[in-house]
Amino acid sequence: MDNPLIELKGIGKVYDSEGNRVEALRHLDLTIRRGEFVCIMGTSGSGKSTLMNILGCLDTPSSGRFMVDGKEAQTLTPDELAGLRNRFMGFVFQSFNLLPRTTALENVELPMLYGPRLPAATIRERATRALQTVGLGERLKHFPNQLSGGQQQRVAIARAIATEPLLILADEPTGNLDTRTSLEIMGVFQALHARGMTVIYVTHEPDIAAFGTRVLTFRDGRLVKDEAIAQSADAATQLAMLAESERAA
Amino acid sequence: MSLLAVLRLALRSLARNKLRSFLTMLGVVIGVGAVIAMLAVGQGSRDLVNAQIASLGTNVLIVFPGSQSQGGVRTEAGASTQLTEDDAKIIGQRIPDATAASPMVRIGSQVKHLSLNWRTSIMGVYPNYLAIRDWDVEAGSDFSESDLRSAAKVCLLGRTVADQLFGEGANPVGEDIRIRNLPFRIIGILASKGQNALGSDQDDAILAPYSTVQKRLIGGTSAQMILVSAASTERIESVKEQIIQVLGNLRGKTGDASADFTVRTQTDIGNAANATSQALGILLASIAGVSLLVGGIGIMNIMLVSVTERTREIGIRMAVGARGRDVLLQFLVEAIVLSLAGGMAGILLGVAISYLVTQLQGWPVKVSLFSLSLGFGFSAAVGVFFGWFPARKAARLNPIEALRFE
Repeated sequence: MDNPLIELKGIGKVYDSEGNRVEALRHLDLTIRRGEFVCIMGTSGSGKSTLMNILGCLDTPSSGRFMVDGKEAQTLTPDELAGLRNRFMGFVFQSFNLLPRTTALENVELPMLYGPRLPAATIRERATRALQTVGLGERLKHFPNQLSGGQQQRVAIARAIATEPLLILADEPTGNLDTRTSLEIMGVFQALHARGMTVIYVTHEPDIAAFGTRVLTFRDGRLVKDEAIAQSADAATQLAMLAESERAA
Repeated sequence: MSLLAVLRLALRSLARNKLRSFLTMLGVVIGVGAVIAMLAVGQGSRDLVNAQIASLGTNVLIVFPGSQSQGGVRTEAGASTQLTEDDAKIIGQRIPDATAASPMVRIGSQVKHLSLNWRTSIMGVYPNYLAIRDWDVEAGSDFSESDLRSAAKVCLLGRTVADQLFGEGANPVGEDIRIRNLPFRIIGILASKGQNALGSDQDDAILAPYSTVQKRLIGGTSAQMILVSAASTERIESVKEQIIQVLGNLRGKTGDASADFTVRTQTDIGNAANATSQALGILLASIAGVSLLVGGIGIMNIMLVSVTERTREIGIRMAVGARGRDVLLQFLVEAIVLSLAGGMAGILLGVAISYLVTQLQGWPVKVSLFSLSLGFGFSAAVGVFFGWFPARKAARLNPIEALRFE
């Protein structure tokens, strides 16, 4: 249990298409421990998406060592990567990426259908619990188009946590949401973090970055700043303040 | 993912595009329906032909005069004059396995009874002709050897002739009819035999003693053919060879090359007829096969569209842990469900068409278990074959790109 959750050593990623050689990541060393709430910042083309893909086992690095929970992961086959994604990772995307015309409950059940065989009742129970955790216990049978953006993102978070993963990877989770809903979603992440979940998220906005416990800044494929935040902002407090100012206005 | 879950998933996603799924299926429905119906029609016509060839008689061989060259003009078989009544007698006497042999001549003539008349053919044969043809007398009796010796003016009427001259279902035994102004006493009515393989009515005929027809109606001596019955099916070939030998010896020639007669067995005739209906069957089946192929291409087309449409869904599934083979299976099962459902509907359609053909056209049509399993197997194969490529395309998608797909 003393292993770092994620360990990257000298990771490089080179895209070579049609003679166009792009070094998306250059010699990255990074360790992420259990229970961290990491924010990744950077302009587009800084390599943060590449890093998220590698961390999420959607892509493999060109060079270096990548270890998940102490196990080498850079040489895995696509099927093994799929297994890692299924058991250890939970994804939250900017555009929610829920299956259309599929209920919230069924969307949350999806990862468990591809994992180790479980009885249908267990799957249903876990999915229901995950939706209750994100505050959507009343919306189990709703379809994505019957839900607001914030609610859809909550379903996506429920889907990410339903398999009890080691790590939640959120790629600009508040990018498509208004301020109020963004605060609500960050509140959900903070609550999960408070319960011991490791969360890595990408954002452009400094306001949103302030909710993390550690901020990594990338530029041109390099990690240029790695700072710990002693006193993170609290989403619940900010939400209360926002509500008050709205009432005043 | 369990196969049951994959199946449920496939049914749901097909149910989402009901019209599209239905139209895609329609190709296979028509293809399989056509295969079933065509095979049924083919099988039915083959059975019909076989039954009709069997109606020729039991173990029958027919000796035809060979065609004759006259100054470079080759006349049709049967037009020459080389077969005689003696040939038939000799076949009957010298070949033990030939249980019966009858010469035959046939003329077409108008026959009259009172004010009614009818054109039919009059066949001059031996009394054993009925045994050779396996033909029964419905009323009255066959003529006798003494009728044959005395060239008696007696005849047996086919059912059609009796109906035409005496009215439907009449029994005119004992009445007289006039053939070429000669009175013939009706001594029997032949049991109905129906149409032959070529569709002509076998009941539209009159049988009379060979000698009577030759002497009183034709004035000739040569037989148009000799019908021989072999003792058993296994003996047919040996009887054929013996006939060739015996008749060849009579003519001072041996071997087929110089023979001025031809021996055909029932099997020969059956083979020729079967070859025709088989060729027809293959033609029909390949047309049906082509429509099945087109149906399969339709499935492939729609599955490719579906894979493209659902690229993002595939990306999502892969992100949450679906392996390539999970995605492959999902799309393959969808294609197979489409084609199998189409196949089943096609089987029903094919059976319905076969039934309709039987009802409306009166063709005997036979849907066999073989053609049903063929239709079923083919539709499954179409699903696998044409579903494979789109499914593999889906399974090979890169999850990162699939997730970005708009």
